[in-house]
Amino acid sequence: MSTTKPPAPRASAPARAPGEPGNTRSSALPAPVPGIASALVWGAGQLLNRQLGKAAFFFAFYAAAIVWEMTTGNYYAGMEFTPRDNGGFFVKGLWGLITLGDTPRQMSLTGLNEGDNSIVLLANGIIALLTLCLLAIIAIWSVRDAVRYRAGLNAGAAPERSADYFRKTWENAFAYIALSPGLVLMVFMSVLPITFGVMVAFTDYNRDNLPPMNLVNWVGFDTFAQIFTVPSWAGTFFGVLVWTVVWAVLATFTTYCAGFLLAVLLANKKVRFPRVWRTIFLLPWAVPALVSALVFRAMFNGQFGPISQFLVDIGLTDERVYWFTDPTNPNLARAVVLLVNLWLGFPFFMALVGGVLTNIPDSYYEAARIDGAGPLQQLRYITIPIVQRTCTPLLVLAFVAAFNNFGLVYFLTEGGPDNVDYRFAGSTDLLVTWLFKLTLDNRLYNIGAVMSIIVFFIVGTISVWNLKRSRAIREL
Amino acid sequence: MVVTTRRETPASIVERERRKGQLSSVFIHLFLLIVAVIVIFPLLWVVGASLGPGGGLANTTPIPEDASFGNYVFLFTETGYGRWYLNSLYIATLNMVGGVALSAICGYVFARIRFRGRKFGMLSILILQMFPSFLTAIAVYMLFLNFGLLDSLTGVALVGIAAALPYNTWLMKGYTDNLPASLDEAAAIDGAGRITIFRKIMLPLMRPMLAFVAVMQFTMPWMDFILPRLLLQSPSKQTVALGLFDMITDQYSNDFTTFAAGAVFLALPITIVFVLMQRYLVAGAMAGAEKG
Repeated sequence: MSTTKPPAPRASAPARAPGEPGNTRSSALPAPVPGIASALVWGAGQLLNRQLGKAAFFFAFYAAAIVWEMTTGNYYAGMEFTPRDNGGFFVKGLWGLITLGDTPRQMSLTGLNEGDNSIVLLANGIIALLTLCLLAIIAIWSVRDAVRYRAGLNAGAAPERSADYFRKTWENAFAYIALSPGLVLMVFMSVLPITFGVMVAFTDYNRDNLPPMNLVNWVGFDTFAQIFTVPSWAGTFFGVLVWTVVWAVLATFTTYCAGFLLAVLLANKKVRFPRVWRTIFLLPWAVPALVSALVFRAMFNGQFGPISQFLVDIGLTDERVYWFTDPTNPNLARAVVLLVNLWLGFPFFMALVGGVLTNIPDSYYEAARIDGAGPLQQLRYITIPIVQRTCTPLLVLAFVAAFNNFGLVYFLTEGGPDNVDYRFAGSTDLLVTWLFKLTLDNRLYNIGAVMSIIVFFIVGTISVWNLKRSRAIREL
Repeated sequence: MVVTTRRETPASIVERERRKGQLSSVFIHLFLLIVAVIVIFPLLWVVGASLGPGGGLANTTPIPEDASFGNYVFLFTETGYGRWYLNSLYIATLNMVGGVALSAICGYVFARIRFRGRKFGMLSILILQMFPSFLTAIAVYMLFLNFGLLDSLTGVALVGIAAALPYNTWLMKGYTDNLPASLDEAAAIDGAGRITIFRKIMLPLMRPMLAFVAVMQFTMPWMDFILPRLLLQSPSKQTVALGLFDMITDQYSNDFTTFAAGAVFLALPITIVFVLMQRYLVAGAMAGAEKG
């Protein structure tokens, strides 16, 4: 950076009068020229602008990227170049991303010939692509800086030393430095997997086509088409989707109503020991959902469970009821799942509505009483509207949570009872549990990935809609 | 008619109102009692099963006649429960420390500093937060499978932190937005740097939200099933959730009491934390909803 000193004092004098002798050659340059130079070789534009420090900074990234590529690949002069054999981190990565490999594993005279592993190539390709994106930020920064600085000079601004520029940038960079650990973690643990998952949806990666034995190919929208046109897939998909939506609506509605009812009752002045009741009713929320779901699974066990036994003992049913495993009665299983969800879910809304109720001023109710409103009217015209206003965003969130409630359905029924019309799904399976079975139990990775994308679009649309109504987005 | 009675005998109407009140009060209490029984019965039943004589599901009762801790002894001596518990504790602790630290810093930066790319960052966080975490889990599984990274407890914790980070950052940012800006401005005038302001002024003020995120981050791994099921495979790396699930699905009818003991032992600490901190937790959930 000390190398920038010589031009600085010379340029500072004529700064107010651009085009004067001594500065003619460089100031005659139109602004895009250093920009183009920087686009070709990062830092070259800064060199033309006589900012050696900055030029070195940008060129360092450029050189590092090239050295990285050269050392990870096999670059020899005079040898035929193929991306598969000679490409480095970037070239081979991008080649793998585009082709997913072209040499299958095969036996030859010399023994087993290791072919390409498409999934490793795909993953490496995405990593190379993400790295290139990060480098692109630096390239754009370099070009813009070169153009802007030159334009400033041409307009008569004073030249700036590189050191000053970096000091200024550093002071503004606290935000980026503080965010970087979280950013790196999210890029590699969230963005990378999500990108990978989305891309798998466009391949034929499944149990019939597993690397490293076979190559995986890009198939475009074939998998999407398969789900919507092959009758058994389409039937399962729409069947599961309808039940998922019905489930999410009913689950949200029932838990909210029950929570509301109990909160209003507990707010009643006639109730004695309200805190004791409240604490008891909060238990289902406090006990881990996993434990409660597994306990209910045992209680509703058809063969040995106490509930079946109890019904037989009191003579209500002649034989044991197989709650979750009776294929002839899927709606029974669905109803029980909803009831268990009610048990699990009402305390949260009870606590929530209870909190809102304590904030409603007593004067509202007094005014209503003076006007002659009965308890029901007070409920209808005061309590419900106020509670509703606070709880609506939470209801949408609860709907989304129910839509994706993997735990309850999987722990309680594992999707059962079996449904012969469905592919790898039972009658209580939600989209997410079906997706889990497709991926883990059946290794249909591409179909699972398509399902993920569909679920994301459904959930994303609802969330965006919910968000647009809230003030959060405007305050961004 | 009401008007006339009131005018004639005020005492009688008060008496009638009182009786009506008593009657409805009885009904309310009856209703509450029924709900309480429904709420408590399954919990009592599993506690009873865990204390009862060892064995199958069929002969369990909510209140065993000869209660003993035999099932708990069996749980820790004959099954891998102790190991699973330590594994879960490790993941939960890492998840809590990492999650709270990262989200507090990110939330503070997004709330207080105006920098280029901030809006883009907030939008990305919003979109990432909508992506259900188990969808990432499946892709992470495919990636880890092909790179041989499976079976690492730290890996599970890192994926968990990353999955929850967008939402937690959003919560922290929303909470910090509502703290008075004059405090850190005053400190900045006194010459405090960004880091000092964050540590000495903002962190103490953010305490309620820190507590909320900490409890959520700590309790989540105990119940999380998908991620550990996908990423952990060897028997010594199981978590409590996986172990309990296998216990009830594999050896169903003959080892239910051991499962019950394990379930109670898992649920007890978490339940106590939730009951004690309910105020914080409900407030935190509400803040999350208001902000997005």
